[in-house]
Amino acid sequence: MRIDLRVPLARARGLIALPAGAILLAFIVGAVVMLVSSPLVTGHFDPSLPLRTYAAIVEGSLLSVNALVDTVVAATPLILVGLAVGLGFKAGLFNIGGQGQFLMGAVASAAAGAALAHESPIVAITLSVVAGVVAGAAYGFIPGLLKAYTGAHEVVTTIMLNYVGIQVISYLITGPLRAQGASFARSPDVQNAELPAFLNVGTGHEAHIGILVILVVVPAISWLLYRSTTGFEIRTVGANPDAARYAGMQPRRLVILSLTVGGMLAGLAGAIEILGVSGYMPAAYATNVGFDAITVALLGRATPGGIFFSGLLLGALRAGAPLMQVKAGVPVQMIDLLQGIILFFLTADVIVRYVFRVKAARAKLDELQTVTRSYGSGTGKP
Amino acid sequence: MTSSPGPTVTAPALEMRGITKRYPGVIANDRIDLTVRPGEIHALLGENGAGKSTLMNILYGLTRPDEGEILLDGEPITIKGPSDAIARGISMVHQHFMLVPVLNVADNILLGAETMANRVFLDRDEARRRIRELGQRFGFEIDPDETVGRLSVGWQQRVEILKALYREARILVLDEPTAVLTPQETKEIFAVLRRLAAEGHSIIFISHKLYEVLEIADRITVIRRGRVVGERLPAETNEEDLAELMVGREVQLVADRGESHPAGVLLSVESLDVGDDRGREVVHGISFEVRAGEIFGIAGVAGNGQDELVEAITGLRRPAAGRIRLGADDVTMADPRQAHEHGISFVPADRHRFGMVTSFALADNLVLTDYYAPPYARRGVRDDAAIAARAEEAIREFDIRTPSATVTAGTLSGGNQQKMVVAREFDRDLRLLVLDQPTRGLDVGSVEFIHRQTVRKRDAGTAVLLVSAELDEVLELSDRIGVMYRGRMVAILDGPTASREHVGLLMATGGQETSPGAPQGAAVPGSAPGGTRA
Repeated sequence: MRIDLRVPLARARGLIALPAGAILLAFIVGAVVMLVSSPLVTGHFDPSLPLRTYAAIVEGSLLSVNALVDTVVAATPLILVGLAVGLGFKAGLFNIGGQGQFLMGAVASAAAGAALAHESPIVAITLSVVAGVVAGAAYGFIPGLLKAYTGAHEVVTTIMLNYVGIQVISYLITGPLRAQGASFARSPDVQNAELPAFLNVGTGHEAHIGILVILVVVPAISWLLYRSTTGFEIRTVGANPDAARYAGMQPRRLVILSLTVGGMLAGLAGAIEILGVSGYMPAAYATNVGFDAITVALLGRATPGGIFFSGLLLGALRAGAPLMQVKAGVPVQMIDLLQGIILFFLTADVIVRYVFRVKAARAKLDELQTVTRSYGSGTGKP
Repeated sequence: MTSSPGPTVTAPALEMRGITKRYPGVIANDRIDLTVRPGEIHALLGENGAGKSTLMNILYGLTRPDEGEILLDGEPITIKGPSDAIARGISMVHQHFMLVPVLNVADNILLGAETMANRVFLDRDEARRRIRELGQRFGFEIDPDETVGRLSVGWQQRVEILKALYREARILVLDEPTAVLTPQETKEIFAVLRRLAAEGHSIIFISHKLYEVLEIADRITVIRRGRVVGERLPAETNEEDLAELMVGREVQLVADRGESHPAGVLLSVESLDVGDDRGREVVHGISFEVRAGEIFGIAGVAGNGQDELVEAITGLRRPAAGRIRLGADDVTMADPRQAHEHGISFVPADRHRFGMVTSFALADNLVLTDYYAPPYARRGVRDDAAIAARAEEAIREFDIRTPSATVTAGTLSGGNQQKMVVAREFDRDLRLLVLDQPTRGLDVGSVEFIHRQTVRKRDAGTAVLLVSAELDEVLELSDRIGVMYRGRMVAILDGPTASREHVGLLMATGGQETSPGAPQGAAVPGSAPGGTRA
């Protein structure tokens, strides 16, 4: 029996064509923006600016060990929270609460890290990470419960909980968790709970052990979704809640489970950022990871493998930003712009399909249907 | 070259010549010729996927043919799109009505064909007048102010036809118009169609019900695998001949059900009350029993509580009162998983909603209700090899036509999707088989297959509960027949001796014989606007 590769190849192409097209278009639009805006700022027209900008990003994200480490460190939370959002998509849920879950995980691990700052590293790290994971899980469980038993739409509840989270953190860090003698409102250093670096130690481009988590979590979520019966249930609920009920599954339980596991992943990301990168939690933690993760999940088409690569891509953009600013003189906000345009083209996929003549194959539509089902269409209670 | 072009004798109203449409890997239409004369009811007969829809989509401007030409009154034309088709007098009445239920009849008809009083406002009075006039002319007076959602299915269909007439359609395409109607409603709609034809309208009637085609059509064109395989006059053909043309082999039209040998009572339903999604009670105090080794058919117009009854038995819906027992077990409050494990299999009426996940592989769909148990999974881990092996077996035994077990189920034809559901639900250790509309929308070949499998299950000692809005299906298969009307079981009859007319009357009136002009399909309250005359 000959193995026919045409079907899997066509399917792979179908999966990749749209994200690749969106990225390419985003870079073209980004180049146009640079070309148009640079004369306004500098007074002279510089046709090579886009090229120099993109070259600087590549150099700052790929072309040295330091650059690669920066990319992976930046990509780690994006991938983890991206998986949280992607898992929601698979279950037919639009989890916008990655931001709140990330922050709750961060503050919980910061608190635990501060409290355990003088314990042995193994104890301190383990318990601090667990604290972050549990806090994130709890923060995902709430919208899950509300969705399952009251039908409250997860988009609304998770957005609201994001705000609640910001306020709670602001209270905790300016109040009970505030470090004594710090020049600004922040939690105490986590000290022994800090994740040790294993590469580039002391260079400012350290690779902490937290990034290794990705190597476990991505295959684990993939296994959960595609090899376990629970994953089959999650995917069924996402694709067709009525069929899930017919098949004897419990949509309510699965909704709660998906959002809780998502919360765990986002909370883990928060813990890794605090324990591996910053070492403490400031009152106004400046991050956008919960929302960037939505782009990551969409770009990765809600599959663990796709999210891994799209997380690396967005991490590379972030890691390349400083060098871009130095070498090309383009502000780091350019990265937000590029990311925004990517998201724009992903959601307005008709444009990408038109430009690149991508046929709307059925499998692809179904893939996205899961994504779009949950918002706007109002499937209501499971 | 055969027929003379130009308006000599009676020029055909519509001629489609050599229509060819290729899709990657398939030829949907292969040099199809179709000639429809003015005032003719022309039936288009063919299995699902034979190419009827493609041909009609070409006629309606939804797709362009690769080759061939379309002539309207002898003039070659190009149809650019549906609005172009409508402008040229070609209208389509879809199987699933394109009506807005909350709007009234007049507004539904005006939608997309607005009659304006001036540049801003609609001229509703003029529209109402024209709707009344058209209704009178074709023998179905309708109140233009009635809300469409309150009309019975039969009347909604008349609104669809009115819509076409309002747009001055001369060629009407009706896609399986009788699929949702009772026998009485079908008779009424046939009367309407004959009136239309008598006034010179041409009608293309798509159906897979052979006896209906024989009754209504002036001419019949049979399509198989994208080709015209025959053209017949009703007088010179019969159901067997048509079925054979359609399928390409001899078909057994009436299931050979043989003798049933029922054993003891297996399913017993006692005074069951069930509510619908809005909490209204739609099943009132129903009691009946199904014995092992018999087929108990439930006849009734769709929407008389059958769906809720079936959902209560299969665990998808909690009964409000009453008891359901399966053998010695009380399954009244069983959930779908428990019902499944008690040996209840369920082929749901809406397979896309309940019975399958269109975006999943065929193999995954084949284990949709058994995915969690050995051999398909152990301790929460799927066994992909076992699932694949099961798929190969089911594809072979149930003759599911598919390139492989990994294609997404949504790409299969309707008949093959239903075979997939049937394979999953039939081929297991089960005690009660619940079939809700198991053959709706399927072609003759698939219907024959599913009926044969059903009888086989019965003969193996399974209790079968069959719900169908197709009276013929209930009559052909059932050993006993219960008739449901407005949520009650109004009669339980012996299957082999029940007459079509008697059951049809019970379905339409519930047996409380009122006046002969009582509204048909009275499941919907206030369903008879204007003069409903039988």
